[in-house]
Amino acid sequence: MWDYVKLAVLGLVVVVAAIAANMARDLPYLVHMLAIMLAAAITFIWLIRRAGDPVPAANPNEYMDGPVRYGVVATAFWGVVGFLVGVVIALQLAWPELNFQWAQGYLNFGRLRPLHTSAVIFAFGGNALIATAFYVVQRTSAARLWGGGLAWFVFWGYQLFIVMAATGYVLGSTQGNEYAEPEWLTDLWLTIVWVAFLLVYMGTVIKRREPHIYVANWFYMAFIVTVAMLHLVNNLAIPVSVFGSKSIPVWSGVQSAMIQWWYGHNAVGFFLTAGFLGMMYYFIPKQAERPVYSYKLSIMHFWALIFLYIWAGPHHLHYTALPDWAQTLGMTFSIMLWMPSWGGMINGLMTLSGAWDKLRTDPIIRMMVVAVGFYGMATFEGPMMSIKAVNSLSHYTDWTIGHVHSGALGWNGMITFGALYYLVPKLWQREGLYSLKLVSWHFWLATIGIVLYAASMWVTGIMEGLMWREVDAQGFLVNSFADTVAAKFPMYVVRSLGGLMFLLGAIIMCYNLWKTVTSSPERKPAAAAVPAE
Amino acid sequence: MGILDHHKKIETHATLLLVLSFLVVTIGGIVQIVPLFYLENTIEKVEGMRPYSPLEIKGREIYLREGCYTCHSQMIRPMRDEVERYGHYSLAAESMYDHPFQWGSKRTGPDLARLGGRYSDDWHVQHMIDPRAVVPESIMPSYSYMLDRVLTQRDAEHVRDIMSVYRMLGHPYTDEMMENAVSDFFAQTDEFGDPVADRYPGAQQRNFDGQEGVVTEMDAIIAYMQMLGTLVDFETFVPDASR
Repeated sequence: MWDYVKLAVLGLVVVVAAIAANMARDLPYLVHMLAIMLAAAITFIWLIRRAGDPVPAANPNEYMDGPVRYGVVATAFWGVVGFLVGVVIALQLAWPELNFQWAQGYLNFGRLRPLHTSAVIFAFGGNALIATAFYVVQRTSAARLWGGGLAWFVFWGYQLFIVMAATGYVLGSTQGNEYAEPEWLTDLWLTIVWVAFLLVYMGTVIKRREPHIYVANWFYMAFIVTVAMLHLVNNLAIPVSVFGSKSIPVWSGVQSAMIQWWYGHNAVGFFLTAGFLGMMYYFIPKQAERPVYSYKLSIMHFWALIFLYIWAGPHHLHYTALPDWAQTLGMTFSIMLWMPSWGGMINGLMTLSGAWDKLRTDPIIRMMVVAVGFYGMATFEGPMMSIKAVNSLSHYTDWTIGHVHSGALGWNGMITFGALYYLVPKLWQREGLYSLKLVSWHFWLATIGIVLYAASMWVTGIMEGLMWREVDAQGFLVNSFADTVAAKFPMYVVRSLGGLMFLLGAIIMCYNLWKTVTSSPERKPAAAAVPAE
Repeated sequence: MGILDHHKKIETHATLLLVLSFLVVTIGGIVQIVPLFYLENTIEKVEGMRPYSPLEIKGREIYLREGCYTCHSQMIRPMRDEVERYGHYSLAAESMYDHPFQWGSKRTGPDLARLGGRYSDDWHVQHMIDPRAVVPESIMPSYSYMLDRVLTQRDAEHVRDIMSVYRMLGHPYTDEMMENAVSDFFAQTDEFGDPVADRYPGAQQRNFDGQEGVVTEMDAIIAYMQMLGTLVDFETFVPDASR
């Protein structure tokens, strides 16, 4: 019966999407409707082919790792895609000829930049978060994922969201809000997928066999629910036509600025921080084989972090037309945020107490520790840059770009790589990784790449900030804007090189993981669900 | 240690933990966002602000589509060098009709908040075709294809649909503006056409891209750029110290 309902719904989606594609008023909408039609049709055929087959009953004592395995593959794949687009746009900034004449309406910097940011944050980061959330919640709850096939819907639904967002950017469909570029149709689809994600996660936590909810899950839960709130409020929009991709966001001007950066900064705070702290709280203790350093610190920094982060948005709007009281609030809370951030860093680093020797022998631990180190640096730099006096120099410059990348490449990238190296042998039942030496290569390429990236951006950022404000003895501006652009060229080359090294490291990782799955010796089957350690 | 003991209640109850986390994360947003909608000094009272004309809307759509905001800000801060370089600092009122705001976060290129009237149309056309022809140091991509993208009746009607959504959201578009939206869209590129400025004070009306007989995306984007920052009458503007 349930199968028939699903088939009917899918059939309906195919027909409606086909009609909508036929009525499409613009190209992105047409492409999106065809993508939805195709996705529904493939699911329909897949479902009908196995309709009536006896379904092997899932063992409730066994973990559901299928979506996690797919998630790991997707994370690695989108990571490489995102880094590659990043390298391309870095090169475009150094050599503008790379904005090819023949690809003007598709591949200019302005269209690829949202593609890059979304690919790394939402495709690479998002898949890493969903996959690890599904893995961690099962292990720490000693329960199989709730909702049967719903976890698969979350995985494939999220991939469809990524494809819709990415094609939209290249075809020029955007809301014009940084990190919230997807239009209404894509936003609606993400909302459905996200609610399913929340349901699977909470369902699993609720049926846990452990009395306590492990700290990693607090962070994952806060991340899921907060991102839902941010996404819904910031993307409220009225479609111009149900047959067109264009919508008009309901917020305008100064309110839209405040809401956008409330969203934007907490995409950092909850997507890239709280979620990834969940990752840290599981994978570092596991890999180091040590318990989390301090339970009390976990409690305090969790509540302080989620409470304070949400206030930090206005530091993106210092000295703008946002009223001063809001700017001051934003700055104050951003500075306070330093404390819970370092609380998390200390809890992560000190977990290695008694296991520091592993840094010498285990490149995966090294990766995770460097990730937490970069987290610490970025969360010191952030509060510093949110001080109005500092911000008056750093705002609008490459310094911000450098700051973001020491967080994104250093913290999010490295902790994800560490988690992937941990997960792949476990998920594919292998004795261990194919090559630890290649992990070391990845580690050094990535670390040196990040250093080149961050250092070059500090130099250009501070340089251009100083050049813009430089006045001579008569009080005239010394530099034209074009002078500052020309002065940045060498640093843009260094930055591209740093990005290229980071990309190379990720490609080596993919090769290593691939070889692990295909040619590492097999391990005995995984044990059934056991209470968390 | 007392409080931490009580934490056991929260961390053994999934729904409670979720609800409490959610409550904690709502506070900051409520305090910072809600007052912006009712505090009267949030948006200054100024002379001259008006909603966009149809062709300017099209230009703004192109500005969004191409991701111009990824490299250009539209927000001049009140520092001496910025005011020297770009003009009077930006007011909240100047983006009150922007859904969403385009203040930007990065100046890979210069600020555009007061771009209007700084350069000739011809300069803009040359600059969009080949930025390095007029600014050798520029790293901006070429947008010459906009010259070939002819705008049609359908584009004009799409803009009218956008205007009706704006109207729903409270922009002061009159019935007269709505009725004339499509004709105004084309008229704004014809110096001798029906004067668009009658309905949109300060709207500039001429053949922006220099191509005879067609209205292109280049017309629209230049019409938008030439309007940027020119609307507010700063002779009558009095800064509000309480802001």
